[in-house]
Amino acid sequence: MAVSSIAGVSDVAAANRPMRSRSPYPGWFFLPAAIIYSVLFLAPTFASLYFSLTRWTLFDSTFIGLDNFVQFFREPFLVQGLVNTVIYAVVTSSLKVVIGMLLAVMLTSQIMARGYLRSVIFFPVLVSTVGVGITFTVLMHPTAGAINQGLALIGIKGPGWLVDPKLALYSVALVDVWKGVGLATVIYIAGLVAIPRDYYEAARIDGATPLQNFFYVTLPLCRPATATVITLSFIGGLRTFDLIWAMTKGGPGFASDTVASVIYKQYQAGFYGLSTAGNVVLFILIAVLVVPLTMFLNRKQGHE
Amino acid sequence: MTKTKLIALMGASTLGLMLSASAVSAQQSGNLTFLIDNGPQSVAVAEAWVAAYTEQNPDVTIDIEVRPGGGEGDNIVKTRLATGAMADVFFYNSGSLFQAINPTQNLLPVTNEPWQAGIQESFKSVVSAGGEVYGTPFAPAMGGGIFYNRPIYEELGLEIPKTWDEFMANNEKIKAAGKTAVIQTYGETWTSQLFVLADFFNVLAAEPDFAEKFTANEAKFATSPAALRGFEKLQEVYEAGYLNADFGAATYPDGLRMVATGEGAHYPMLTFGIGAIAETLPDNLQDVGFFAQPGDSAESNGLTTWMPDSIYIAKTTANPDLAKAFVGFIGSPEGCDIRNEAVGATGPYMIEGCTLPDDVPPALADMLPYFQEGGQNAPALEFLSPVKGPALEQITVEVGSGIRPAADGAALYDEDVKKQAQQLGLAGW
Amino acid sequence: MKSRASVIGGVAAIAATFVVFVIPFLFIILMAFKDRQQSALRDFSWPNGFHLWDNVVQVVQTRNWMMVTAFINSTLITVASVTLLIVLAAMVGFVLARRKTRYNGLIEFLILAGLMIPPAVVPTIWLLQGLKLFGTLHGMVLIQVAYNLPFSIILYRAFIATIPRELDEAAVIDGARPLDVFFRVILPLLWPVTVTNIVVQSVGIFNDFTNPLYYLPGNQNATVQLTLYNFQSQFNTAYNLLFTNILLITIPPLIVFMFFNRQIVAGMTAGAVKG
Repeated sequence: MAVSSIAGVSDVAAANRPMRSRSPYPGWFFLPAAIIYSVLFLAPTFASLYFSLTRWTLFDSTFIGLDNFVQFFREPFLVQGLVNTVIYAVVTSSLKVVIGMLLAVMLTSQIMARGYLRSVIFFPVLVSTVGVGITFTVLMHPTAGAINQGLALIGIKGPGWLVDPKLALYSVALVDVWKGVGLATVIYIAGLVAIPRDYYEAARIDGATPLQNFFYVTLPLCRPATATVITLSFIGGLRTFDLIWAMTKGGPGFASDTVASVIYKQYQAGFYGLSTAGNVVLFILIAVLVVPLTMFLNRKQGHE
Repeated sequence: MTKTKLIALMGASTLGLMLSASAVSAQQSGNLTFLIDNGPQSVAVAEAWVAAYTEQNPDVTIDIEVRPGGGEGDNIVKTRLATGAMADVFFYNSGSLFQAINPTQNLLPVTNEPWQAGIQESFKSVVSAGGEVYGTPFAPAMGGGIFYNRPIYEELGLEIPKTWDEFMANNEKIKAAGKTAVIQTYGETWTSQLFVLADFFNVLAAEPDFAEKFTANEAKFATSPAALRGFEKLQEVYEAGYLNADFGAATYPDGLRMVATGEGAHYPMLTFGIGAIAETLPDNLQDVGFFAQPGDSAESNGLTTWMPDSIYIAKTTANPDLAKAFVGFIGSPEGCDIRNEAVGATGPYMIEGCTLPDDVPPALADMLPYFQEGGQNAPALEFLSPVKGPALEQITVEVGSGIRPAADGAALYDEDVKKQAQQLGLAGW
Repeated sequence: MKSRASVIGGVAAIAATFVVFVIPFLFIILMAFKDRQQSALRDFSWPNGFHLWDNVVQVVQTRNWMMVTAFINSTLITVASVTLLIVLAAMVGFVLARRKTRYNGLIEFLILAGLMIPPAVVPTIWLLQGLKLFGTLHGMVLIQVAYNLPFSIILYRAFIATIPRELDEAAVIDGARPLDVFFRVILPLLWPVTVTNIVVQSVGIFNDFTNPLYYLPGNQNATVQLTLYNFQSQFNTAYNLLFTNILLITIPPLIVFMFFNRQIVAGMTAGAVKG
């Protein structure tokens, strides 16, 4: 599939050559990336599709048709996992968009201590997920954790962040935002910087207020950045796994399970065929949600 | 008992001979890799073994590789075996998990190696497949039961409970004295399974053929009253309010610290915890005792036991003779002595000639009678049946935190084991 | 120009970010200063003594100086993969943003698929073994490139769209070859996104845990994240050493960030001039 697409691209390049003798956009620019990507990613992925139809122990496999898919949909917590996955993706990506954009606007304005602010906001991006997970698990401990001890100082009895089944998913989502908002901010900063000053000049001459500036100039013109942040963080949210695994392992019980953690648990338990089938399901779920979303975001972009 | 002592004596007397013998005749050379899990006990004992062995065989080098434990570690082991990239010698579970790594295809049989003569049949049975033995014990045997804080028992004048009712009565008195009666540590989910798993002696006492029927899909946790008791016990201690305030977030080291220092009275756990207490809280080691999880009748009071994990040799090893020599060294009384020295004694050995030091910690002394004549014990379910559901620890967290009633939890677990049975291709599922 | 409101806003922002972002970092540092007993309590308290140096020495020496090997390996992998990623992803993003063909939809789908599909570990290992790349650093580099390309391409593509097409067309008219156009004209203009890419990808690859675990077994191949497992297991955790370890392995990403932080500022002023 990938190979044919590359061949197709070079055909087009060849066809274009006579007309535009020196295309500044040669098709072979795709080639090195496409080779590495197809050999090391696409090929194994296609191989694994076969195993989703088998009962696979890694050592041998028995063809069982679609039984894995039937079994996967019968997982007792799959439905809750699906709901959790969507909640998690929506909560984290929308918070990252909103907070990231506000922080970026703040950081490109004349605010004091800009260097300090930019550094501390970006700092969590630098720490490994495992490290963040360990740190916040400790900070969110219901009795000895620093968060609840801090809240106790001002007279609030803190909740069981990670041990209350109703709260655990949201607590992890908050930490995800904490860790990822710096990246969203940087993407937005790059997007804001690309907006030509003339627009603001024109708006200023028209007597626009800062709020109008934001809604009529900044917001529409940093749409590419918004599209990027939404795409990356929404897919990241749907696939999310390592932070949840580092903090709650899907618990307490099954309360913060997402589709990815359900899949990983099947994998850990040695149900390799089943977990591969789960991956196919997750891929379809993501594709169903993300492909229309990106088409929507990109079409808007095209209209500009 | 007398027989064990005799063998122990023989072992001690031949020790000197063996030392010099291995230094002279079995002089080996070459390089080995040795994959272990990252538990501090495993690392400490593996380093001690390697140091001792390479000192006797200066031409040998052994690289220790460390992997995470738990399910993640299972994946590493399976992946490396399946792709032919396994270390020469590696550490892994015995029993049902051992069966899942396809031993006949991936491992080097050691059935007729000289050191195997000294290894107990009960251990061999959980590391055998297709008529061949593949494993050598990595550690002593363990029991699953309840650690208790001895000063609290003395202070409140409590007796070791022989029935569940006595246990709950003790808990009531401990709670009335303003102390935490039962410690649970669901921050590390595997610890939540103990009340269920360690109840298996009592299950077998009521239904001696439970394991066979369970494997054949004829007996269920939800429908067997004896098996359901484990889940009910978990629910009872939660509902009675006996648990520590942070039971949902506390971890295994927290639990050991609490029972050792008297922050709590009871901690259901496997006896290998003795080693960790000896390492981190040596001053409190004398304060910790141990008893089997009591059943409903005082007559049948016995311990649920766990076979030790094992050392295996990968079939892909480039140096099988050296690998065998090293594993034989681990499976010898000398190997046991090195272990005692490195991490202390944590239970009875499965190797003839291995001895425990004279001054064993009280928790271990409490455990030994169950293994001796007149004592009663039975293996945990995972050594009698290959069927173990992967979600048990999440389900026991739910039951033990009041999220799900015991009967529901047991039924959900019955559903969970089905996948495992199908994966193994067992009849009747 | 600075009104009282903006000063108040600035102070509020500093205070809020201090609580939200700095205190967790301080917690890591405090833990790294503690001894084992105190750290086991995991509370936000002042260390009982200065144990940082002991902890650092112990962390670095553990398992035969594994940390040193790990730092070398992780740095090599990170530098090589990020360099490849930047060039390859920018090339793809450039042509993808500029040329509209009927294959663009398919290519974009493949890129999204790369973000969406979790890699198939075991078939990949079989493949690497067949290519004699299994357990080698350059094999690991290629894996990191393959897995992280989609992310970088998406970042590049979005921002190449904002660069006026006239620029490269002018260069072509001046007689520049495609490679010249790309490396001399386009790539420099992409500097702010390249910086983002460098920072994000190098941090991600440096901090990657699972891929080295599967594709790069063996002690001589240890990477930094694996060193965390020396101090944290399901049986026991030495929190002082664990947090010291987290602190140490966060230093290289921190250096990368501090270096490029200025570049981001430079990119911003460049943007302002350009506008």
